[in-house]
This record gives sequence, C-alpha cells and structure tokens, in this order.
Amino acid sequence: MNKKMLSLPYLFWCAAFILIPLFMVVYYGITDKTGAFTLENICAIATAEHSKALWISILLSLISTLICLLLAYPLAMILAHMNVNQHSFVVLIFILPMWMNFLLRTMAWQTLLEKSGVINSVLEFLHLPALNIINTPSAIILGMVYNFLPFMVLPIYNSLTKIDPNVINAAKDLGANGFDTFIRVTLPLSVPGIISGITMVFVPALTTFVISTLLGGSKILLIGNVIEQEFTQTGNWHLGSGLSIVLMIFILFNMILSAIFDKDGEGNTL
Amino acid sequence: MRNAAKKIYITLIFIFLYAPIVTLIVLSFNASKSRAKWGGFTLKWYQNLFKNQDILNALWNTLLIAFLSAFIATVIGTIACIAIQSMKKRNRTILIGITNIPMLNAEIVTGISLMLLFIVLGMNFGFLTILLAHITFNIPYVILSIMPRMKQLNPSTYEAALDLGASHMKAFFSVTFPDILPGILSGFLMAFTMSLDDFIITHFTKGPGIDTLSTKIYTEVKKGIKPEMYALSTLIFLTVLVLLILVNRSPKEKDV
Repeated sequence: MNKKMLSLPYLFWCAAFILIPLFMVVYYGITDKTGAFTLENICAIATAEHSKALWISILLSLISTLICLLLAYPLAMILAHMNVNQHSFVVLIFILPMWMNFLLRTMAWQTLLEKSGVINSVLEFLHLPALNIINTPSAIILGMVYNFLPFMVLPIYNSLTKIDPNVINAAKDLGANGFDTFIRVTLPLSVPGIISGITMVFVPALTTFVISTLLGGSKILLIGNVIEQEFTQTGNWHLGSGLSIVLMIFILFNMILSAIFDKDGEGNTL
Repeated sequence: MRNAAKKIYITLIFIFLYAPIVTLIVLSFNASKSRAKWGGFTLKWYQNLFKNQDILNALWNTLLIAFLSAFIATVIGTIACIAIQSMKKRNRTILIGITNIPMLNAEIVTGISLMLLFIVLGMNFGFLTILLAHITFNIPYVILSIMPRMKQLNPSTYEAALDLGASHMKAFFSVTFPDILPGILSGFLMAFTMSLDDFIITHFTKGPGIDTLSTKIYTEVKKGIKPEMYALSTLIFLTVLVLLILVNRSPKEKDV
C-alpha cells in the first residue's frame, strides 16, 4: 500500500507533462482553427516547400549519422583497447565540451570555416586548396557530426567494453584471423551500441533547427526550421503540430527499431 | 606503426572536438570585436563581464534553473525508482517506456508540446514554465542512473531493517539510500549538465522578460555576439575543467 502511494507523484507528473502535452500536439495537428477535424495540417507535408525541407533534413541527417558511425566505431575500438582503467575518464572527455554552451561552440565553427578563417589560413600555409563550405549543406553536416558524435561514441564504446575478452580469445584459438574475429564476433556483439548510437544521432539531427540557422546561413530550411517558424513567428500552431506529427512518425519508427535490437537497453549510456 | 596510426586518429578527433572551444577561449582575449580578426590581447571583456547586468542575470537564471530542476528531478526520480522497483513487470515496462519519451523524442516536439500545455493552462511564460519543462526532461536521466543501482540491491537488507524495528522511512534512509547514493549523485550531475546546455526546450517555454545564457546567445547571433559572452563561457569551462581534474585525482574509486 505504502509503495503504491509512492508512485503517485511520478504518475501524475508523467500524465501532466509527458502524455497530455503529446496528446495536445496530436489534437492541434488534426484540428483547424474552429476545432473541426481535418487532415489538412498533416497533408501539408506534401506541399513543395515542406516536402523539400523534410527531404533535405532526412538526407543531411542520414549522411551525418553515417559519418558519425564511421568516425566513432574505430575511435570506440581504440578507446576500448587502450586499457584505460578509468572508464569515467573517457566519458568525461566527451561530456566536457557540453559545459561550453553548444550555440557558442557551433558559432565557433563559423570563425573556423570562414573564407579567411583559421582553417583556410592553415590550408593556404600548406599550399592546399581553400575550403569554402560555410553556409552550405556541408557546413550543416559538419555541425551535426560535431554536435552529435559523442552520442555515437559512448554507446558503441560501452557495448565494446562489455564484450568478454575470452570470447575474442576463443575465436582466435579456433583459428580466426583478426578480420574474421571482428566481422563474426566483435561487430555482432556491438550491434546494440550501434543501434542506440544511430537513434541518438539521427533523431536530433533530423529535427534540429539551430545548426541550420547558425551554419546554413538561413538559406537552407530544414523541417525543424519550418516547425519552429510556425510556432514562434507565423503562429499557426495547427500546421506546426501537423508537421510535428509527421516527424513523430519517423521518431517512433526509430524507437521501435532500437527496441527490437536493444532489448535490455544496454546501449544506454547517459 | 599501427600504434602511431591510432594515436594520430585520436589526436585528429580531439582537435575536431576541442577546436571550437579553443577558438572561443582565444576570442575571449581578442581586442577586436569582430570574430574574424585578431586585434591583440586584452582582458577588457573579463572586466566588462562583471559590469554587464544582462549577462549576469542570464547566468543567474541559468544556474538557478539548472540547480532547482536537477534537484527536484532527483527527488521525484528517486521516489519514482522505488515505486517502479516494487511494480509488477508489465506496469513497470509501461512506466519505463513513458519515462524514456522525453529522452528519445525530438527536443523540438517536447518543447512545443509543453508550450501548448502551458498556453492551454493559461500560464504566464517565464521562470516557472522553464523550470517545469527542465524538470520534465531531467527526470529520465535521473531514473536511468538510479535504476541499475536499484536492481543490484538486496531486498533482504531492507526487510532486515524493518524486522529490527526500523520504520519504512528509517529503513530507507539508513539502508537503501546509502547504496543508491552514487546513482543519485551522478543522476543529479547529469541533469544539471543537461539543463545548463539546453536551448531548444527553453526557447519554446520561456517568456519575453526572461533569458538564460542559451536564449540570450541565440538572440545575439544575428546582431553579433558580445565578447563578454566568450569571456563568461571560458570562465565556466575552466572552472569545470579544474573541478573535474581535482575530483579525478582523488584516489577514491567512483563509478558512473
């Protein structure tokens, strides 16, 4: 009896601040200004302007997720093999940048990427061609990779450190070479970490509006920018909610995927 | 050879992660107001910082919201963990699923959903709405760091305390609490960090009269960021760095 009572404050909190608000997004999304039922706000995703924004968002976030994965996996392997007995130290290195405001960190890339910025000065010094990616989709991808890389590294690192070294040794004893051991033992065992990393990078990358504002030079609108404008500038909450429902479908798909591959939540790091 | 390649790779990633931070630190000493030009070394932004009431107010709001939201989320989260632990498996799965929503959902959706809620409730957008929103997205991080500790607990010790005449309260505080304390502390720190670095959810739940550092920076982006901001974030970063080095040098083993 006593313990049942203990769950009440939290149940109340969940209902009031998680479930009801989400329900309201859905409600606004499927009604118009008069409160009548409509699918117009959701179908609005099909208009040229919105579908283009969604398409660019999907493309950029998929590319960023892939780059994060390719950069993070080798890094996680190196870190896992380094015998750093301080697990917390590795986590720290990736959490530490968070203490400097992420808007400022992303802004700093403007300074680094500018035509006469730091990177181009270095390239010029080395007699290499200049890099002109500021205010292009490439700069947005760079910003996404920069901001979300830690969320890919940590889950993969965690799942790699959990692999029993005896399993690896057994594979080697049985005659597998390094490559075979990796493909048939290490990689499959790290799948939960990979999936959890993909979820944690793809969702924020798909829905960001800040990175595109800061590095895309306000020319490139992502779906996050469109929704943000509907709420803070245009004031059409119904349309904004309708587009959010479309986003949530992607997120839901992603969550189901991660639930299937990562049953025990062992990829969860944070 | 292979080791050299590994070292180079790690170094490159570190440069990638820390280059913007170094840039900001350098800019905080830049006499020129422009981001793109180096105008010589100065400490003037550090002096101006302590006279800039706007930035100091935003800093105070940020710290107060981070502390309060992390603290309240830790209290609610700890109680929730005890309750979840004693639930039947099916209910537990459902509740943990709901708990994870704010963490897995897009921040922009969480932000607008809370904004709609506060509008419908007719609340004034300001300190309270930001605080409620931050508590909401902090709770999952707290629960996530306490739950594994909770699972390792041996229920017999708690029952033994009850058998020996302790009240539920007393048994909790003298038996369960010390065991889950590391989880509670790391949950609190995680929540504090998350709250401090949040922009998106604050952006949707704040009112016109109030700013945190994040929202202040965002409004300054178009006009050009005041160099005092670089000075402030350098100070914050270095403070945290020094604290972390001190904590890590103490020999006591702690697990995250």
